[in-house]
Amino acid sequence: MIALHTDRITKRYAEHLALDEVSLDVQQGTICGLLGPNGAGKTTLIRIINQIIQPDSGRIELFGEPLRPQHVALIGYLPEERGLYKKLRVGEQLLYIAQLRGMSKKDAMQKIRYWFERLDLKDWWGKRIEDLSKGMAQKIQFISTILHEPRFLILDEPFSGFDPLNAKLITDIILDLKKSGVTILFSTHRMETVESLCDDVVLINRAQKILDGTRFQIQDQFRTHTAEIEHRQPLTMQPAGRYELLESTPIEGGKIRSRVRILDGSHQNELLRTLIDQTEVVSFREQIPSMGDIFIQLVNGSSNQPKR
Amino acid sequence: MNKVWIIIRQEFLNRVQKRTFLIATILVPLIFPAIIGGMFYLMMEEEKASGPSSVFVLDESGKIQLKSNEQIQFTALTGTLEEAKQVYKASESEGLLYVPDFKEENPEGFQLYTEKNLGIEKTGELRNLLSEQIRDIKLRSLQIDPAVLESSKKKVELEVIKILEDGEEERSNNGILNAVGMVMGILIYMMVFLYGAQIMHGVIEEKSSKVIEVLVSTVRPFQLMLGKIIGIASVGLLQFLIWIVLIVSLSSMVTDYFGVASVKPAQIQTMAPGASALADAGENGLKNEDAVKLIQDFENLPVVSLTVVFLFYFLGGYLMYGALFAAVGSSVDSVQEAQQFQFPVTVPLFIGYLGLFTFILRDPHSSISFWLSIIPFTSPVAMVGRVAFGVPAWELGLSMLLLVGGFLGMTWVAGRIYRVGILMTGTKVNWRTLYKWATMKL
Repeated sequence: MIALHTDRITKRYAEHLALDEVSLDVQQGTICGLLGPNGAGKTTLIRIINQIIQPDSGRIELFGEPLRPQHVALIGYLPEERGLYKKLRVGEQLLYIAQLRGMSKKDAMQKIRYWFERLDLKDWWGKRIEDLSKGMAQKIQFISTILHEPRFLILDEPFSGFDPLNAKLITDIILDLKKSGVTILFSTHRMETVESLCDDVVLINRAQKILDGTRFQIQDQFRTHTAEIEHRQPLTMQPAGRYELLESTPIEGGKIRSRVRILDGSHQNELLRTLIDQTEVVSFREQIPSMGDIFIQLVNGSSNQPKR
Repeated sequence: MNKVWIIIRQEFLNRVQKRTFLIATILVPLIFPAIIGGMFYLMMEEEKASGPSSVFVLDESGKIQLKSNEQIQFTALTGTLEEAKQVYKASESEGLLYVPDFKEENPEGFQLYTEKNLGIEKTGELRNLLSEQIRDIKLRSLQIDPAVLESSKKKVELEVIKILEDGEEERSNNGILNAVGMVMGILIYMMVFLYGAQIMHGVIEEKSSKVIEVLVSTVRPFQLMLGKIIGIASVGLLQFLIWIVLIVSLSSMVTDYFGVASVKPAQIQTMAPGASALADAGENGLKNEDAVKLIQDFENLPVVSLTVVFLFYFLGGYLMYGALFAAVGSSVDSVQEAQQFQFPVTVPLFIGYLGLFTFILRDPHSSISFWLSIIPFTSPVAMVGRVAFGVPAWELGLSMLLLVGGFLGMTWVAGRIYRVGILMTGTKVNWRTLYKWATMKL
């Protein structure tokens, strides 16, 4: 089932086009990474899904229904610019936002108790936000985002401000939520988290969607057909024209590490077979492009042809 | 609507539960009278302590006989003006009054020499004494008996009686009407400012702390603005309610006190017909009679309708300016930045405030007073200043209607600026951008 469907969303501000006919689908129960350089239009898209601003044209459906104000109860939103009322106490703060999201006070209290228990924050109810450390406040804000049990979660750089320990804690919660069927739209610049968390990826650049699909598909699509081989004897790649030796460097233990690109589209096994005749192969591994590489490559506007 | 209610409750409780609210609510009705009373007391003490100013008089005409009183002590000098000046400079005296040999038909050339200014009150007193002298001289030259003269100086009490529309008559005390109008006008002016600023600070806090992004993803900006404005308004109303209760109970205590006191002389008169007692009672009775009259005048005030009108104009004025304050708060990033707009926004209210003193309290039925109390920008202050004097029903109705229209329109415009402004940070805001935001589609 499709959790979020946008159909040719266009948003124009006075001087510039923020979104240009952006269509995308987010499958229910997946984590979808929303990527793009600064100013690409990610925030505008997120704000439109949150109904903070209206698109000039285009349709949005949430769980198969046209987006409408009542849907705020289904959506949880953690904006990149975090913010809480500084003078308010932790409990009041959480209650207020939860009620605005449509929860009853009783339910909200129950949930707050659950999360306080789980995150070991029992004594925090009466503390003022201004007295908390940045990381603590971030935790509170994260709880506030998921307290009303949203079915669709929008997280904008959720790990910024967290130490590795807390980041792990939050990651676990996110994965738990996913397991329970929550759909997550995940906007970030950290490519390593995209690789470890996201099932699908949407890339936006200059107001346009330039790429989407599952992470595996995309990495497959951007294969460079390059293998990294560790071996003992030097390589002489023959016949030329079939393979290209990109680099060969001696490493410790008398080994050599080489990178070889397959030029004629033949299978890796062919390459391995050729190599075995020439040298003792210690390891053989296909080089899979990182999401960061793909990102840079696409955003720089270079062709789809791999450079390496 | 449910969400607006949640916001109203939050804003209301958040403010009312603070200790500062309790302190302000209880202290303000005590502090203001205390300050005014204290200043009066100091003034009296100052006057007592300073005693009469001594003033030398050089009378070249020989016609002036100035009697020393508790304000000014006169000492006659002789000789030339230059000599008198020397004497004055050598002395501790505060002034030298020079009276030339003037003609009665054209008294000119009076001069007062001082080293430090004598103060407006004493200079005025001096002027009065001189005018009186000259009038006396003139009247005497017309051969009028001094006794007749003395008896002609009678003070006249003018009782103002208002004929009501139903033909009934009612004594009205212009002094009290003035005071009531002034106090209500000032209160509204201050309160609109105070609570308006609270709205603005609240909006700026939400914007600068970035809570706003989460808030507007749950409610429409207009609901948020409305909830905040109404929430703070209910804080204001609660505060007023407490003040009214405090003031009414305090003044009924005062009334009781005077009510009891005013019975006593009458009892004394009938019970003790002794001469001295009678005189005593007479004097006391007169004083008490004044007090009773004053209280009656207060009781004659249409308290209920005044309160209703006051609350209406407080709410109306507050809602209108509150929306403006919210718009200002939404368009800036900090309180400092807000100042450039805060002043222009409140200028119309300030005009109403100035008009209250310069026009309305002096002549509540002049055409300027009329317009000030009709135009919604100034009417909250102007109309409450006027209403105690009696305003035709249609004027009141028109003014209220326009005020309602005014704040509806203002809230609409402010809402349009607000919904853009709260999401814009780091924008250089001027009047043109505000206009652009108000007309922009989102």
